[in-house]
Amino acid sequence: MTGNIYSGTADYLVSEDLRNAVNISIALGRPLLIKGEPGTGKTMLAKSIADGLKMPLIIWNIKSTTKAQEGLYVYDTVQRLYDSQFGDRDVSDIKQYIKLGRLGEAFVSDRQTVLLIDEIDKADLEFPNDLLWELDIMNFYIPETGETVTARHRPVVVITSNAEKELPDAFLRRCIFHYISFPDEEMMGNIVRVHFPDLESKLLAEALKAFYWIRSLPGLLKKPSTSELLDWVQALVVGGIHPDRVVAEIPFLGVLLKKNQDFDQVLRRIHSPGGVQRQTVWAGNVRSGLRT
Amino acid sequence: MFTGFFYTLRDEKVPVTPTEWMTLMEALDRGLAGGSLSGFYYLARAVLVKSEAYYDRFDLAFRRYFDGIETSENLAGQVARWLQNALPPLKVDPAGRLPFSDWSLEELKRQLEERLAEQKEEHHGGSRWIGTGGTSPFGHSGYHPAGLRIGGQSGNRSAVKVAAERRYRDFRNDDTLNTRQFEVALRKLRQLSRNEEKPPDVLNVDKTIDATCRKGGMLELVWDRPRKNTVKVVLMMDSGGSMNPYAKLCSQLFQAASKVNHFKDIKFYYFHNCIYDRLFNDPFCLVKNSVRTLDVLRELDSTYRLILVGDASMAPSELLMVGGALDWGVENDEPGEAWLRRLAVHFTHSVWLNPIPEYMWPPAGERSYDTIGIIRGIFPMFELTVEGLERAVNKLKVNR
Repeated sequence: MTGNIYSGTADYLVSEDLRNAVNISIALGRPLLIKGEPGTGKTMLAKSIADGLKMPLIIWNIKSTTKAQEGLYVYDTVQRLYDSQFGDRDVSDIKQYIKLGRLGEAFVSDRQTVLLIDEIDKADLEFPNDLLWELDIMNFYIPETGETVTARHRPVVVITSNAEKELPDAFLRRCIFHYISFPDEEMMGNIVRVHFPDLESKLLAEALKAFYWIRSLPGLLKKPSTSELLDWVQALVVGGIHPDRVVAEIPFLGVLLKKNQDFDQVLRRIHSPGGVQRQTVWAGNVRSGLRT
Repeated sequence: MFTGFFYTLRDEKVPVTPTEWMTLMEALDRGLAGGSLSGFYYLARAVLVKSEAYYDRFDLAFRRYFDGIETSENLAGQVARWLQNALPPLKVDPAGRLPFSDWSLEELKRQLEERLAEQKEEHHGGSRWIGTGGTSPFGHSGYHPAGLRIGGQSGNRSAVKVAAERRYRDFRNDDTLNTRQFEVALRKLRQLSRNEEKPPDVLNVDKTIDATCRKGGMLELVWDRPRKNTVKVVLMMDSGGSMNPYAKLCSQLFQAASKVNHFKDIKFYYFHNCIYDRLFNDPFCLVKNSVRTLDVLRELDSTYRLILVGDASMAPSELLMVGGALDWGVENDEPGEAWLRRLAVHFTHSVWLNPIPEYMWPPAGERSYDTIGIIRGIFPMFELTVEGLERAVNKLKVNR
């Protein structure tokens, strides 16, 4: 194994299997494909790897119009046309009109980099296949200048996907895959602690109870995720909510739930007798007198 | 090595290819498994499995392969040593474990870890029987099975245990699906759009600028064919009584199909158990709100992709007899089967989605069993699950 071993960073808690997957991908020089529910920190992982391994992070955000070619280089023909008309520069030197894309940048960097290809599933179906060769062989050819750009240091490639599209098999075969499952209550507690080190334990415990209770409700259109929980905890702290009220009332519900139907459903459950009962079982120690 | 595991995975329908297998071998060669079975578990999963949908099958295969293993031929190196020693205790009969029952787990762990550490030194590079050998330093007869178990703790057992937990069961793609998954699956019908059918009449600005510049300023127009989805879909759903258990599933499919707005056109019709001379506009299947099936066939050309949803289960008379229709007021002078065949001939791309699990279906064309077999002979039938819908969509993409 090489000297680069990733073991998480202070602001990003990493599970054992994810850490293994990262290190396997680094050691084998294969791209690491990360999938998972929104808000499980897929994008943050790349930042944490970069921080942990002290490498620069290059982010390539993929949109529906992104072409694989753009990641390699763009030949700025318009600039060249302008220059030819105004005679500003020597237009016979094509090299100055070749602008490297994010992948190209990662290749020519004089240090090893972490390249994040974010939300690859947003792009066209063929996009991943178009990058196969470059990610495998780590070089590409620029016909305009007759140059071949070869990676000086094989970048650590992290690819995230929200599973909006199926990725091609040929592409998948070359990747190391990891699915970030939603953190359990204990792990989530640790994650919240990282962001709010001074949080009162009682408040945290109650917030987590309410949060996982909401997530356990059947038929939610959009389950609240980590980032919503963090916002909510922030709101609870700022609002000065007493821990005893958290589970019974779920204040600032709108921070957790973004869809009308979900919001109504949870409100109904809080106010219906059965709902409160179930909630009370969940909350365990909420005394009946606290229900409002 | 471990080749048997490869075939166990294939057996569990995890799509593993030799390419990935070779990557795993390379990784093992570099010691990335860290010499423990849990290391091997994570390594193999990361390298071999490319979708959370297969995590559960991987776990099942892993458990099957490593739980019952007895021979050592397939295994190599350190992992093999761990396996040989760590696995047998999983089969120790309960009587052998009894003496430990009143010990605290922590205590047990601590002592056994101590013992294991000692044992490592004494047997370093020596006997393969770590477990058996491990009993002698203590000379304590009762330690034997537990000692093996702690051996498992650092290697084998936890991985098998993790696998046995089947935490990813929910992600299996042969489970019935939710609206979002339906949508994703239906969206794949987009690939169908054939650009070649239309003339190139959309100006590609980027390419025009590019080409013009390459020509040194001489205008060079570049035209593209429009990238529009040409797929038209007609969805016909059974709303008969036997479909009630699947009502939620069907309504999810309906929601997904109406939400996916990339189809050029989508039409919905309903029927009760089988299709006869009338199709209904709503799930209540009342004649006053119905259209003639023949009119539908006239209106919808054969390029519409036909998706039928139903359990295909009915009394054989409903399918095979004139006048067999269940509802009063529907007078079918042709048997349902004739209507189904008419639909199958008219729509060149058609599938039948059945919420009943596939293993319960009789073979296609089998007429003596029940109506599923007959209908399977007319339409390609798929399970109403993520996997089934994906296969159905693939079927809809190519001409039969």
